[in-house]
Amino acid sequence: MSLEHADVQRAAHLARLALDNDEAARYVDDLGRILEMVDQLQAVDTEGVAPLAHPLDTTQRLRADEVTETDQRDRFQRCAPAVANGLYLVPRVVE
Amino acid sequence: MMQWETVIGLEVHVQLSTRSKIFSGASTAFGAEPNSQACAVDLGLPGVLPVLNEAAVAMAVKFGLGINAEIPEVSVFDRKNYFYPDLPKGYQTSQMYHPIVGPGEVEIALEDGSTKRIRVHHAHLEEDAGKSLHEDFHGMTGIDLNRAGTPLLEIVSEPDMRSAKEAVAYLKAIHSIVTYLGISDGNMAEGSMRCDANVSVRPKGQQEFGTRTEIKNVNSFRFVERAIVFEAERQIELIEDGGKVVQETRLYDPDRDETRSMRTKEQANDYRYFPCPDLLPVVLDQAYVDHLRSSLPELPAEKRARFQDELGLSAYDAGVLSSSRAMAEYFEAVKEVCGDAKQAANWVQGELSGALNRENLTIDQSPVTSTQLGELIVRVMDDTISGKAAKEVFAALWNGEDDSADAIIDARGLKQVTDTGAIEAMIDQVIADSPVQVAQYRDAEPEKRGKMIGYFVGQVMKASRGTANPQQVNALLRQKLDNL
Repeated sequence: MSLEHADVQRAAHLARLALDNDEAARYVDDLGRILEMVDQLQAVDTEGVAPLAHPLDTTQRLRADEVTETDQRDRFQRCAPAVANGLYLVPRVVE
Repeated sequence: MMQWETVIGLEVHVQLSTRSKIFSGASTAFGAEPNSQACAVDLGLPGVLPVLNEAAVAMAVKFGLGINAEIPEVSVFDRKNYFYPDLPKGYQTSQMYHPIVGPGEVEIALEDGSTKRIRVHHAHLEEDAGKSLHEDFHGMTGIDLNRAGTPLLEIVSEPDMRSAKEAVAYLKAIHSIVTYLGISDGNMAEGSMRCDANVSVRPKGQQEFGTRTEIKNVNSFRFVERAIVFEAERQIELIEDGGKVVQETRLYDPDRDETRSMRTKEQANDYRYFPCPDLLPVVLDQAYVDHLRSSLPELPAEKRARFQDELGLSAYDAGVLSSSRAMAEYFEAVKEVCGDAKQAANWVQGELSGALNRENLTIDQSPVTSTQLGELIVRVMDDTISGKAAKEVFAALWNGEDDSADAIIDARGLKQVTDTGAIEAMIDQVIADSPVQVAQYRDAEPEKRGKMIGYFVGQVMKASRGTANPQQVNALLRQKLDNL
């Protein structure tokens, strides 16, 4: 699978990263090589092998449904750039 | 005129009623101070790890068992990646490829009393996002993350519904299943149940589906119906005018009763799902699933069938009385006390439901308990009081005048007089006081006498202040008058 300049810009946009053309060109190359390695993996016959969801061969531990957290809003909001009335403030979101 | 058919599939988001969040120990209580229930995990702070809530898993599995779904041994959480300020991690933890509940089905009751099976494609666990408040905070948006991380079960139906009414019936069926199971409070006003509707139309008889649109976030039974009706009409009009339906997301505006395209400048969504490396596969062993199965209560569809088959109720009565767990339990308790299902059904749906509606109360807020109502019905059935007096007793119970029907009957002297001697004495008095009417009665043709006897019954009832048994008065009067 080969990667185009537009693919890189699209991935960058989805990740909200600003890339100039030189950077994008470098990523076409870097990411392209990663994809080449993926192509190599794709070539392996995996017929009858179940897809792996996690590299650890163990299962999810569950916790009891109990409220264990206390209100630490003041501490968390100390590092927020802007707060008001207990809310975190962010640049206006227009629907 | 072309005949059109509407095709509908629903995605229902049900908020599970756990005490803590799906991946953290923060509280899920409704209405708390903004961000007072958003912990480091919910905020997506660096270094935190999610740990799955057992109750959320159990509730999802119970739902699956309640719709006879397959429960896969393994389910996996995936990350759905997108940026929005109320999603601090930059992804929603959800289940894309291996959901916790596989294919199942829900039986819905249609208006004509028949039932229809709607297939459920799957149901998966996911976390809710926070809330954006777009009021003006000096040109900024306020974010409350209390809701972030609240467990949701998303139930995805197959496109099996063919009218807005069927869609509402399906939504109601889901609502009653989750409330029966006690896995959600089902409170639509507080957002505990939200629904997206996929709607398309096709000429009747055509096999392939038309192009569908998705109506987002419809939050009441009434709006679901209206949004679908509007959207189907819009699509039909569009096609009949030579246009084409565009696959898109639309928003229902209840104030204007219309759906509107949600214009997004964004390119098509690309959520780049991948298995969440922070969460291991969830493996459910058979013993765990069997244990949950054994804890399931009788569900609405089973109850409805039992009310019809065993108690002999009509399809309509059985449907109404099984619609909510609280209603069904109340009805069954009344039936237990009075021993007569039909009478219990009539009173619960008649006098009681009327009073509840009038005062805008739900059945679990009823001031008259099921025991009180059952005991009142017993007194009607054993002829202690007349039907008319029973309504008076019910009203007194409702107003809390006394705590049992018997106490009110005694206090108000409502006991029917069934002592033949006492009634005969009253009848003799009325006959003696009404020589003119007696003469008319005697001279009348036998077939006209039936009507004329009403006057005498009225007089005797009046003399007894309503406590005489009308049937008995009637029979005794006939005997006396006809033998004069």
